[in-house]
Amino acid sequence: MSAMSKIQLANQNSSLPGPDDITRVELPNGIAVLARSNYNSPSVNVSGYLHVGGLFDPDEKLGLADYVSAALMRGTEKRDFQEIYQALESVGAALSFNGATHTTGFGGKSLAEDLSLLMELISEGLRQPVFPEQQIERLRAQLLTGLTLRAQDTRDMAGMTFDQIVYKDHTYSRPEDGYPETVQAITRQDLVDFHKKHFGPRGLVVAVVGGVAPEEAIEKVKSALGDWQNPDQPDPPKLPSVTPLKELVTQQVEIPGKSQADIVIGASGLARKSEDFLPASLGNSVFGQFGMMGRIGEAVREKAGLAYYAYSSMSAGMGPGPWSVNAGINPDNIEKATELIRAEIKRFITEPVEDDELADSKANFIGRLPLALESNGGVAGALLNLERYDLGMDYYLRYAERIEAVTKEDVLAAASKYLHPDKLAVAIAGP
Amino acid sequence: MESSITKYKLSNGMLVMLKEIHTAPIISNWVWYRVGSRDEMPGKTGISHWVEHMQFKGTPQFPSGVLDKAISREGGIWNAFTYLDWTTYFETMPADKIDLALRLEADRMANSIFDAEEVESERTVIISERQGSENQPMFQLGEVMRASAFRVHPYHFEIIGDMVDLETMSRDDLYNHYRSYYRPNNAVMVVAGDFDTKDLKKRIEKLYGPLKAGDEPFRQQRPEPPQRGEHRLTVEGTDDTTYISAYYHSPLASEPDFFPFIVLDSLLTGPTGLNMFGGGISNKTSRMYLKLVEGDLAVGVRGGLPATIDPYVYSITVTVHPERTADEVITAIDEEIHRVQDTPPTQAAVERAVKQARALFAYGSESITNQAFWMGFTEMFDSYDWFTGYLDRLAAVTPDDVQRIAQTYLVPRNRILGTYLPTKNNEVAR
Repeated sequence: MSAMSKIQLANQNSSLPGPDDITRVELPNGIAVLARSNYNSPSVNVSGYLHVGGLFDPDEKLGLADYVSAALMRGTEKRDFQEIYQALESVGAALSFNGATHTTGFGGKSLAEDLSLLMELISEGLRQPVFPEQQIERLRAQLLTGLTLRAQDTRDMAGMTFDQIVYKDHTYSRPEDGYPETVQAITRQDLVDFHKKHFGPRGLVVAVVGGVAPEEAIEKVKSALGDWQNPDQPDPPKLPSVTPLKELVTQQVEIPGKSQADIVIGASGLARKSEDFLPASLGNSVFGQFGMMGRIGEAVREKAGLAYYAYSSMSAGMGPGPWSVNAGINPDNIEKATELIRAEIKRFITEPVEDDELADSKANFIGRLPLALESNGGVAGALLNLERYDLGMDYYLRYAERIEAVTKEDVLAAASKYLHPDKLAVAIAGP
Repeated sequence: MESSITKYKLSNGMLVMLKEIHTAPIISNWVWYRVGSRDEMPGKTGISHWVEHMQFKGTPQFPSGVLDKAISREGGIWNAFTYLDWTTYFETMPADKIDLALRLEADRMANSIFDAEEVESERTVIISERQGSENQPMFQLGEVMRASAFRVHPYHFEIIGDMVDLETMSRDDLYNHYRSYYRPNNAVMVVAGDFDTKDLKKRIEKLYGPLKAGDEPFRQQRPEPPQRGEHRLTVEGTDDTTYISAYYHSPLASEPDFFPFIVLDSLLTGPTGLNMFGGGISNKTSRMYLKLVEGDLAVGVRGGLPATIDPYVYSITVTVHPERTADEVITAIDEEIHRVQDTPPTQAAVERAVKQARALFAYGSESITNQAFWMGFTEMFDSYDWFTGYLDRLAAVTPDDVQRIAQTYLVPRNRILGTYLPTKNNEVAR
């Protein structure tokens, strides 16, 4: 390595993504492009999202947005299914679209020399899908098989049952991949209409990270998507509020022939933009993440030996996501594990976390940042987060001080606001 | 591909491999032990994996619950894996904190406690891990197929072990296994990342030099005799989806045949790649996908060619379309195999596999953890030269080589063919 490049590398080491090295451009049609170069990498990652998701699905055609996203690469005006994947796989590139509740996301990677191809395929998928009849039916069989597998997966079914308890009468109770009968009810015309109505450039965000100059990356996005227009693009529907649970609600799904049960215990948590986000995240770390899965891992796995896995998760997105404890348990031990978990929740919302527990999790949050941002995909995900939740370009640079500012009183306030040992959903799937 | 590494042995026999990478302020530290399920016998199956779990339960210096907190506090990640041939432990940390990982691994190479109570509480955890696997139809099928593929060789046993052994193994069994195989002369240490080699060598000598070498660990010598005819088997279960899996006895990664086999794998089921961290790509233009999924016989297909110390198996696994039968899928698999046996692929197909491999390497090299993984992993079954020569050896493969591999290995007498069949109301759906 030459002396020159060593100096460049040394400079890069010290820098988290920030205003100085993220280029952000808004195209006239509403697309936001974020780019950051990483010349150590011979490859490039392109990720993004648009505000089209399962929220728009009618109940009787639940899974529609997900179906559309899965069909975008099944044929476009320029290429059929095989030509699309021939182009991608021949150069070792990958690209996929994924439907979620609020958004349709995409993620691709290739050698830097093949970025143009990747952008062309993203553009074709977003703008010119033709939904070929035969491919759509093939895809339907795959989606339906996915739903059959889901019905027999204890983890999936516990999670789905949990959502149905916690988000009763709320759109979050609806699985974005639908149900067999709703996926059966979707016609090709539904896909065509849904795409035509909802897909458009407004609110589309694209991040390009890797061995390419930001100017070049932006130019490529512009040439692929800059002339896209859809004046009738609707705004996403407003989220209803979640009615908090008033008591302990337990539901069990029986799946015969299984050796282990999965349980999910918790309640509705918070949105990413909530002021409680950092205190709740740090609290969740102490509760069921830090080290060998925090207090939950300690109580359920390490001390009682009741599970191979037991942890808590708090997923905060556009709306209030679940805050829950998840565990895989021998069917004979479900009651014991549930009581242990409830006892930990009680302690978590009545006593402040210990000073050293909070200090540990703070150090972990700050220390793990370089590792999370090591890969192009990791950085691209971070850039999308900045945009999606209006975090500000200096978010990662100021991250440490924001974390340091959280007190154990803040954590207790957040924990007791969202969790209560007698107002929980307990979802169990097993034999 | 950067190939400059420092490789040397300590006087106690521990192999050390160091690679400076200064792209991020991160260091990844791995210690690999040459012990896995291949070293196990009936009565003690699953012991290597259980020992791995116990390595997280503390030493006098780093008691249980202290280690994990110490690593997490510094923003590091750590984990361990037990495989057929090896067991490995890693920590990836901010560069200025790596000393903790170096001390920890040196310490638990010799000083783990294996407290009897901890062994008992871990017994239920591991039984629970096995039960979680048993929930998956592909685990149930794979377990039976592997036992059929290896009648004699210890690859016969699942890495997690048999339930009866998990219920009966004792603390002393585990501790003896640990003491027999966890020795510097049975270990490979790999460090990759943002460090200075000269300084790190000194530190490694200080921490690992005093560890005492032991006797060469016992190795079973039970080579698998040639298979004489196809094995066909069925597992019935309550899941609603049919799966087909075909295992073919395959060559060693160190043998010349392995590289054309990689191209064949890429052609038939898509590129597998070596990345543990960094991901792969789709396989929708592979021949099996075209035949089976585009032919509406299946909803998914994948293949795999693991690199192992003793000959293992190439596998093709198919999720059958809900309206099709296992027999239809098997016929189609055979047709596609006959095609490559009858006609060699084009030169372009070989070049494509090389470009795919180059891209997969590029993705994998973004992660320092993954780069360190490659170094140790290849050393387990061959050497790091295998890795650095990978693309050149792949590029040297000819279409005729690929055809010959298909003719030699992908034949029924070399195959174990398994089907997972859903039972409905206690009757098997066919």
